[in-house]
Amino acid sequence: MKLEAASASRLLERTGTDALTRADRALLLRHMLLMRLAEERGLTLYKQGKVPGSFYDGRGQEATCVGAAFTLGPRDRMCILHRDLGAHFVRGVTPDRYLANYMGREGGVTGGKDGNMHFGDRELGCVGMVSMLPDMAQVAAGIALSFKMRSEPRVAMTFFGEGSTANGQWHEAMNFAGIHRLPVVFVLENNQFAYSTPTELEFAVDPVQRAKTYGFPGVSVDGNDVEAVFEVARVAADRAREGEGPTLIECHTMRMHGHGAHDDMSYVPEELLEEWSRRDPIELYVRRLTEEHGFEQPEIEEIRSSVASYVDECAEKAVASPMPDPGIARDGVFAESWEPLGDGEAPWSRWSATEDQGGTPHNGHHASNGHGDAVVEHGRAA
Amino acid sequence: MAEMTYLQAISDGLREEMRRDEAVFCLGEDIGAFGGAFKVTDGFMEEFGADRVLDTPLAENMIIGACVGAAIEGMKPVAEMQFADFIACGFDQLVNVAGKLHYRQGVSVPMVVRLPSGGGFSGGPFHSQNPEAWFLQSPGLKVVAPATAEDAKGLLVSAIRDPNPVCYLEHKGLYRHVKGEVPEGDHAVPLGEARIAREGGELSVIAYGSSVPLALQAAEELDEDIEILDLRTLNPLDADAILASVEKTGKVLIAHEATRSCGVGAEVASLVSERAFESLDAPVRRLTAPDVPIPFSPPLEQSVLPQLDDMKEACRELLAY
Repeated sequence: MKLEAASASRLLERTGTDALTRADRALLLRHMLLMRLAEERGLTLYKQGKVPGSFYDGRGQEATCVGAAFTLGPRDRMCILHRDLGAHFVRGVTPDRYLANYMGREGGVTGGKDGNMHFGDRELGCVGMVSMLPDMAQVAAGIALSFKMRSEPRVAMTFFGEGSTANGQWHEAMNFAGIHRLPVVFVLENNQFAYSTPTELEFAVDPVQRAKTYGFPGVSVDGNDVEAVFEVARVAADRAREGEGPTLIECHTMRMHGHGAHDDMSYVPEELLEEWSRRDPIELYVRRLTEEHGFEQPEIEEIRSSVASYVDECAEKAVASPMPDPGIARDGVFAESWEPLGDGEAPWSRWSATEDQGGTPHNGHHASNGHGDAVVEHGRAA
Repeated sequence: MAEMTYLQAISDGLREEMRRDEAVFCLGEDIGAFGGAFKVTDGFMEEFGADRVLDTPLAENMIIGACVGAAIEGMKPVAEMQFADFIACGFDQLVNVAGKLHYRQGVSVPMVVRLPSGGGFSGGPFHSQNPEAWFLQSPGLKVVAPATAEDAKGLLVSAIRDPNPVCYLEHKGLYRHVKGEVPEGDHAVPLGEARIAREGGELSVIAYGSSVPLALQAAEELDEDIEILDLRTLNPLDADAILASVEKTGKVLIAHEATRSCGVGAEVASLVSERAFESLDAPVRRLTAPDVPIPFSPPLEQSVLPQLDDMKEACRELLAY
């Protein structure tokens, strides 16, 4: 058994396959726009006083979450964080349920039990985040452990920011995933600031460089280039499925809004925001689609307007959703029985084009073949 | 039935569940080749393999986080904290992730955290604690604390089958000192049901864990009409059994080895005063450790942990009231 980690360059050598159809590309743009417009609507609702607490968005980070989530098959699992709304949409959450969650309404994903971005739709294969970061890295590793123990070619993916890499739990998760070569994809969103704290006060060495010390590859990618993120995540997910273990992907991006709506970002140099606003992930992708992939401007406009009207429709539905019955506040502390998570939507054409649903379990429970060397019979070549 | 120590009964329950259900696996520090610091999993690696008797790195939050993730996907992990004290290092995953997932999102997390707890052997401030009250303040966690070999097996089996996170407090002082007849094969004791360990009519001693055998010995030596109620499960608490005993005897001593303030004793005393006030013939008393860390040196440790003479004196005072 070779535990030697693939180098970042080897990982990148395997990218570049044109795995995306024209329809996939339209969907990538569509999901990024859906995140952008749904978050703009959420901010409006906040300003209207309809959102208790504060409001948190991931403006500028749309390419990272959409590109990474787009790689996953239905039976893969995700722990999505608070700058990653697009990943929820890729998995099948609708904007009305997101907006209702922010407003504490019955129609929100948590039905009012939890707020803002602290949700994950269990019916769509997601486990919602907690505020303590990066706790979900460990949960994702635990999910991946179960896949490995049962020799299932499935992947767990989670996100965290660069600030999270300063926490001891991050080390525990990376170390454990490395020891057991778990099928997990860690997406590090380096968005320059952890609340107000800049990267130089979080770490002395770029955390992506630590990956090799845990025994697996770490690779940096332009987090505002949706196809670049997709390509790296696709290879990482395939490596995981094939029993090659975890990957740490660092997506360089920029949080274009404050930590929350209450944060005026006075600590961010104006030039930095100007620089990153010229690299807006949605506008970059529109340019690429028209210049390199033959998309016509009217087609782009059609996508924009259909997303805008869909968000309007969803916002109306969210606002119409009632407040929850106070009686439910005492319900559900304990489970009566174990219920499996449902499967997520997997819009990438690869999943609809094949019989394979991204990790159909093998026959035979616990067909594990020994320490750290899961064999994946149904794994695909990248 | 077979005679087993409390320790053997824990091993037996865990082994039976691992044989019965392939989703059950255990993980923790030094539990594999070494068989665990107290040898609960001695021989398990040989029978079940290293995958299902997983030696973990020294990373308690990761142990609990791995349990959460694996449980969500249908495994039934049983984690061993080498000492209950070390759950402090895994507390975040336990109380913030495991305990709240079902309430927040309807995600059930069937997992057990085994917690070798308790003092009496000069373990000092980091190997002797009884941390149950930490969990009782954390919604979403069930908490059990067996006092007998039979319950050690039966409660562990039920904890493993429960769809929620369960903190299983196994008292180290009982491991080899408590023996009893234990049903072989499948044996489950339902969570949430107290047990009358000794029938009596003049005083109720409400106890759990190591305080149960202490109370039994005190009652025998005093030769008085004392009832001893073994709570067995601390969350959910068996309020009906507590109230029934208090209504019968009218006097209550609550005994536990854990520290005093905001502990199980405080909760039970409050329950009794709210719902059985009319039945009381004496003030509700508590016999607990004081609010101090557990000291190392034997005379110091003995002065803080409830001793047999303390139990007898507390019973005598209440009986005479």
